[in-house]
Amino acid sequence: MNGPVALSVEDLTFSYGGKKALNGVNFKIRTGECTLLLGPNGAGKSTLFSLITRLYDTRDGHIELCGFDVKQQTRKALANLGIVFQQTTLDMDLTILQNLHYHAALHGMGGKFAKQRIQEELERLSLYERRGEKVRQLNGGHKRRVEIARALLHKPALLLLDEPTVGLDMPSRQAIVEYVHQLASSKQLAVLWASHLIDEVYPDDHVIVLHKGQVKANGTVDGVLKATGTVHIKDAFYSLTQGERA
Amino acid sequence: MNIIHFWRALWGIVGRELWRFVTQRERFISALVRPLVWLFVFAAGFRAALGLAIAPPYETYILYEVYITPGLCGMIQLFNGMQSSLSMVYDREMGSMRILLVCPLPRWFLLLSKLLAGTGVSVLQVYVFLAIAWFYDIQAPWQGYLWLLPALILSGLMLGALGLLLSSFIKQLENFAGVMNFVIFPMFFMSTALYPLWKLKESSVLLHNLAQYNPFSQAVELVRFALYGQFNQYAFIYTLTAFVIFMTVAVIGYNPSRGMMIKKVGT
Repeated sequence: MNGPVALSVEDLTFSYGGKKALNGVNFKIRTGECTLLLGPNGAGKSTLFSLITRLYDTRDGHIELCGFDVKQQTRKALANLGIVFQQTTLDMDLTILQNLHYHAALHGMGGKFAKQRIQEELERLSLYERRGEKVRQLNGGHKRRVEIARALLHKPALLLLDEPTVGLDMPSRQAIVEYVHQLASSKQLAVLWASHLIDEVYPDDHVIVLHKGQVKANGTVDGVLKATGTVHIKDAFYSLTQGERA
Repeated sequence: MNIIHFWRALWGIVGRELWRFVTQRERFISALVRPLVWLFVFAAGFRAALGLAIAPPYETYILYEVYITPGLCGMIQLFNGMQSSLSMVYDREMGSMRILLVCPLPRWFLLLSKLLAGTGVSVLQVYVFLAIAWFYDIQAPWQGYLWLLPALILSGLMLGALGLLLSSFIKQLENFAGVMNFVIFPMFFMSTALYPLWKLKESSVLLHNLAQYNPFSQAVELVRFALYGQFNQYAFIYTLTAFVIFMTVAVIGYNPSRGMMIKKVGT
């Protein structure tokens, strides 16, 4: 809980035309924390991710990534960010290795260092032996693993995951949930995980509940349970979102 | 500013595009079939119908096939530019564009790298096309093939930048058919690719004017003159200016603070 702040979001408001997608959002994420961002469809999770990654412009409010303003110091901020998007963003016609080398090049990593980092990350996910296979041949769970390996390649301080387990079978889902939780604690990484699956929340996690563009709860699982007078995070979520499904 | 980072990223983007092109045989073949059909079928059929006067850069009477060869080089680059734009829209819809846009490099540089990659592919296609045309007895002086390279790079960049600009406006892949109808075909047919300007003037002054100010015409003329070892200054300046304008608008289009990106994705 005492790690340095990896992501700071202050008074963030964003509208599509006249419709507010985010309204005065505030939160901080610290290194070593795994934060689950829970919210029903349309809560503003994807908008928030698009603003953090600078795909959208921050007009009202302030986002800092490792102390760098995303709007003013975009490149320094993005250098500290690893991201796994909801949709697969791998090139299906390239091999695992080619996809990872492409990412390494975009982050300015040299050949030898890139090779070493790719090996480390793929070995950790038991995919090194399959590095020469085309991504198209992998199942959904393995594609997700490759994307996580890719997101970690340049050693980011913050890992963003936008519903990475959608469409995966139970064993693949569990493996990824377990792996990411391990990463947060062992690699001193800050993780922000958008999810709509309550069972992906671990007791030690930090939870942010986003509903209709507003933060309804922000704290540890215990803290959120106490504040809502519930015994299970699922009930807390329902009470905070007035019964809407995540 | 870390130059090595820029260099590595540039090679990463260009290398990926070239690799994809080389491994996608269907794309390679279809990119060649289109101009070859025009050359072997259309041009052969029209040879008798169209009489061409001697005009620079040609010093003698030429066959119609010879005349349209630079136009077909332009056609390859025009379609390639649009294909790149199509793939940008597709990448954006599928999400892979995001990986490029969230890497720690300026957006103008990423777009320029994409453009260079697409241009590299189109230059390769043109040279393969010209090699086939050589065996069909359409032969330019050998120096022309060297002068052609910078001309092709500039025209490829200009047409690619146009594609990039269009891709920043196109919200969905389905709208791409409109680009074919409203951009590619008018640009190609209202140009000097298939008939010289003076020939157009004989039938319509309006068409002549449209073709004259069509940047694609100037790109074709730049290529035509370069292929015969000559430098067409007007075409060069016109093409370069068009490239700068298209690229600037495309970069603005992809700028999250100003452009159309904000309208692209919902919550």
